[in-house]
Amino acid sequence: MNELSMVYGMGLAALLFLLGFIGVVIRRNTLFVLMCLEIMINAAGLAFIVAGARWSSPDGNTMFILIIAVAAAEAAIGLGLLLQLQKRFRTIDIDAASEMHG
Amino acid sequence: MEFTFFAAGIVALATTARVITCANPVHALLYLITSMLALAIDFYALGAAFAAVLEVVVYAGAIMVLFVFVVMMLNLNNETVAREKSWLRPQLWAGPAAAAGLLLLALLWALIFGGIEYGGITGEELAAREVGMNLFGPYVLVVELAAFLLLAALVVAAHIGRDDTDQVSDAAARGERVTTNVRESR
Amino acid sequence: MSLLVFTLIFPLLGAITLSLFPRMSYGAARTIGTASVGLAAFTTALVAIFWSAAGGFPFIQTLWQWIDAGDFQVNFSLYLDGLSLTMLGVITGVGFLIHLFAAWYMVHDLEGKPGMARFFAYMNLFIVAMLLLVLGDNLLLLYLGWEGVGLCSYLLIGYYYETPANAWAAFKAFIITRIGDVFLAIGLFLLYVVFGTLNIQAILHAAPSVLAQGGTLANVAALMVLLGACGKSAQLPLQTWLADAMAGPTPVSALIHAATMVTAGVYLIARTYGLFLMAPAVHELVGIIGVVTLVIAGFAALAQTDIKRAIAYSTMSQIGYMFLALGVGAWQAAIFHLMIHAFFKSLLFLTAGSVIIACHHEQNIFKMGGLRKKLPFDYAMFVIGGAALSALPLVTAGFYSKDAIIWEAVANGHGFLWAFALFGALITSIYTFRLIFVVFHGEAKTEAHAGQGLAHHLPLAVLAVLSTFIGAMIALPLDDVLPHDMAEASHWVELFFEILAALVALAGVAIAAVLFLGSRKTVDTVVESHQGQRAWQLFHGGLGFDTLYDRVFVRPFRATARAHEKRDWIETIVNIVPALTRGANTGLAAGQSGRVRAYAMIMFAGAAVLLALLMFG
Repeated sequence: MNELSMVYGMGLAALLFLLGFIGVVIRRNTLFVLMCLEIMINAAGLAFIVAGARWSSPDGNTMFILIIAVAAAEAAIGLGLLLQLQKRFRTIDIDAASEMHG
Repeated sequence: MEFTFFAAGIVALATTARVITCANPVHALLYLITSMLALAIDFYALGAAFAAVLEVVVYAGAIMVLFVFVVMMLNLNNETVAREKSWLRPQLWAGPAAAAGLLLLALLWALIFGGIEYGGITGEELAAREVGMNLFGPYVLVVELAAFLLLAALVVAAHIGRDDTDQVSDAAARGERVTTNVRESR
Repeated sequence: MSLLVFTLIFPLLGAITLSLFPRMSYGAARTIGTASVGLAAFTTALVAIFWSAAGGFPFIQTLWQWIDAGDFQVNFSLYLDGLSLTMLGVITGVGFLIHLFAAWYMVHDLEGKPGMARFFAYMNLFIVAMLLLVLGDNLLLLYLGWEGVGLCSYLLIGYYYETPANAWAAFKAFIITRIGDVFLAIGLFLLYVVFGTLNIQAILHAAPSVLAQGGTLANVAALMVLLGACGKSAQLPLQTWLADAMAGPTPVSALIHAATMVTAGVYLIARTYGLFLMAPAVHELVGIIGVVTLVIAGFAALAQTDIKRAIAYSTMSQIGYMFLALGVGAWQAAIFHLMIHAFFKSLLFLTAGSVIIACHHEQNIFKMGGLRKKLPFDYAMFVIGGAALSALPLVTAGFYSKDAIIWEAVANGHGFLWAFALFGALITSIYTFRLIFVVFHGEAKTEAHAGQGLAHHLPLAVLAVLSTFIGAMIALPLDDVLPHDMAEASHWVELFFEILAALVALAGVAIAAVLFLGSRKTVDTVVESHQGQRAWQLFHGGLGFDTLYDRVFVRPFRATARAHEKRDWIETIVNIVPALTRGANTGLAAGQSGRVRAYAMIMFAGAAVLLALLMFG
C-alpha cells in the first residue's frame, strides 16, 4: 500500500490554522472572526486525525470528537455574543466593543 | 489515497482562503462549508471514516446551520458588503501575513528538521467501534468533562441570548451609552 | 513561693477580661480592675511571708524558655530578692490603693460613657508590665516590662484623646522616653557582647573580672544604662515630658508618674549597681544629674499655677534625690526613699484629684483658695503628704528617708552635692507649703463639694498613715542585695547634720508662710516687676528646656528636612522605583487596547516566540 508522509498532513493543518489566524486578525466583522475561529479549531482537529492515522491509534479520533464538542460550545456562545453586540451597538464591528481598555 | 488527499487538501486551502477574503457573509459561509466537506474527504482518505462523517453531519451540518440562522437575523444587504470591502484594506494584511509566514516557517522547520522520525500513513481504516471503546473506556472522564462543557455552554448561551430589550431601551432613555453608531454612520 | 507568678497573672487576666468586654457596665469594670490588683497585692503579701520564712534567699521561678537562638538564650523567669520584693510590695500595694481611689474618681469622668473598661484595662496592663520590669531575672525581660510601662503610660496620658493637647502630651512623653530607651537598648547590646549573657545576676557576678575598673567599656555601658534610666525617671536631660504627662487622669499621675514607673530608673540603676561600681565617673555623674534635676525641678515647681504640674515637678525633684543617693553610693537609702516617696506622693496626687473633683475639674490653684473649711479631710491629707514631702522632722516618713540621703551625701564626702541637696530641701518645703497655703488658706474663691465614700477615704487614710513615721518603720530586706550604706561618722556629727536639715525644712515652711499666708503683697510686687516677670516665665516653663530642645534639635532637623525636601539625591534614587512602575503601567495600559484582535495578535506573537525558543534555543 502507498504510504503518505505525515509531514504533508501536518503541513496542511498548519496552513489552515494560519489562514484562520490571519482571518481572525484582519477581519472586523464578528461573524467572520467566528468563522475563522472555526477554521482554526478544524485545523487542530485535522492535526489530531493525522497523528492518529500515523500511529493507527483511535486516540486521534477521540480527541477530534472532543474538539467538535468544544467547537459547538464556542459557536453557541460566540454567536450569542454576536447577537448581543448587534442589539446593543447596532453594529457587528468587533472593535466597537473595546470599552475595557487601559 | 494520496491523490484524494492532495486534491481535497488543495480545495480546502483554496476555499479557506476565500472565506477570509470574501466580503459577502453568505458566500463566505458557503466557502466554509465547502472547506469542511473537503476536510471530511481528507479524513476519509486518512482512514478516519467516522471522523469524516462527524465532520459532515455535526460540523458542516449542525454548527454551520447556527451561522446561517445568525446571518439571517443580521439583515445583511449590499450596504453590508460594501462596508465589509472598505474594512478589508490591503495594508491590513501585511503584518498578520508576515507573522503567519514566520510561524509557518517555524512549524515547517519543526516538522521537517525536528529530529523526529516520521513514518508513513497507510490510510488503513479505523473502525468507529474502536473509537467508541476508547471514548467510554480510558477517556470516560474526558467525556464527562465534555458533557459539563456543553452544559455550561448551554447555560451561558441561554443567559447571553436572553431578550432584555426593555432594559437596553431604558438605559438608552436615561442617556447611557448602549449604542454606538460611530462606525456605521461613516 | 511559686505563687509569685500569680502576681502577674491576676492583673493580666483583669486586663484581658476588660479588653474583651469593652461594653461592660462601670460597676463591673471597676470591680474587675480593682479586684485583680487587690488579689495581686494579697498574693504579694503571701509571697513575702513565705519568702522571709524560707530564709530570704533569692528565688528564681523559670516559666519557660523565651528565646533560644544559637548562643543567645533568654528564659522567661522571675527573680525574687529583697529589692524586687520591695518594688513588688510598692507596686501592688500602692497600686491597689490607687485603683480603689480611681474607682471613685473615674465615676465623675466615665459613668455612662463608652470605653469605661478601657481605663481599667490599661491600668491593669500597666501593673503587669511594671511587675515584669521588677521581676525579670534578665535584662531583656526587664526591657519588655520597660517598654510595656512606656506603652501604658502613653495610652493613659492620652486617655482623653479627644483633646488634641492631651494627645500631643502623650506623644511627647512617648518620644522622649523612647530616646532614653534607645540608649538602654544600646547598653543591653553592649552588655551582651561583653558578657555573652543578659542575666542580671550573671552580669553582676562577672562584672569585676570582665570589666576594667573605670575602663571605657564599663563607662560607656553604664552611661547607656544611665541615659535609659534618665528617660524613664524624667531626669536631666530627658526630663521635659513629665510635667506635660499630667494631661492624664489624676489616678494615672499618682500611679505611673509618681509612685511606680518614673522610679523604674532608680530601680534599674540599683539593680545594676555592680556596673556603676566599675565606672566611677558615670557613678559620680548619677549624683550630679540628680542634684541638678532636683534644684531645677524645685525652681520650676515654685512657679506653677496648675496643682498637678506643681506636684509633677516635685516628683522630678524627689527622684533627683534618689539619683543623688545612688550617685553617692547610698543604695539602700535610695530604695527606701523610693518607697516612702511612693506613699506620700500618691497621697498628694490622690488628694489633689479629690480637690479637683470637689472644685469641678478646676486645676488652677489661684482659683481655689480657702478650701480648709469645706474640705477638712482633704486638707488634713494634703498637710500630711506635704509635710512628708518637705521632710518635717520626727513625725513624717520623708524626714527619715530624705534626710538619710542628705546625710549620706555629706558622710560620703560629697560636700558640694550636699549643699545643693540642702538648698533643694529648702525649696521643697517652700513650694509644698505654697501649695497648701494657696489652695487651703486665704479667702474662698470657689464652691467645693467634699468627696464621699469608702473608696475615697480608705486609700487616702492608708497612704496618710504610711506617710507618717509609721511608714518609716518598715524595714526593707535589702542587706543581701545592695551594699551597706557606708556612712562612718560619729553619732554627734550625724545628729548635727540631721538637725541642720530639719531646720532648713522648717525654715522653708516659715518662708512660705511669710510669702503666701495673708496678703501675698511681697510676692506680687516681685512677680510684677520686670525681672520678676521674666524669672517667673522662666521657672513656669521648666527653665526653658522645651525651648532649648526646640531650638537645638527640632528646628534644625525640620529645617534640614525642608531644605532637602525637593532636591534630595536619595529621593531621586527612590523616585526611580515609582517612575519605573508608572512607565510600566503606561506601557501595559496602552497594550490593553480593548480590541480583541490586538490581543489575538499578541498571543500569536507570544506563541511564535515560544516556539522559536523551543526549536532554536
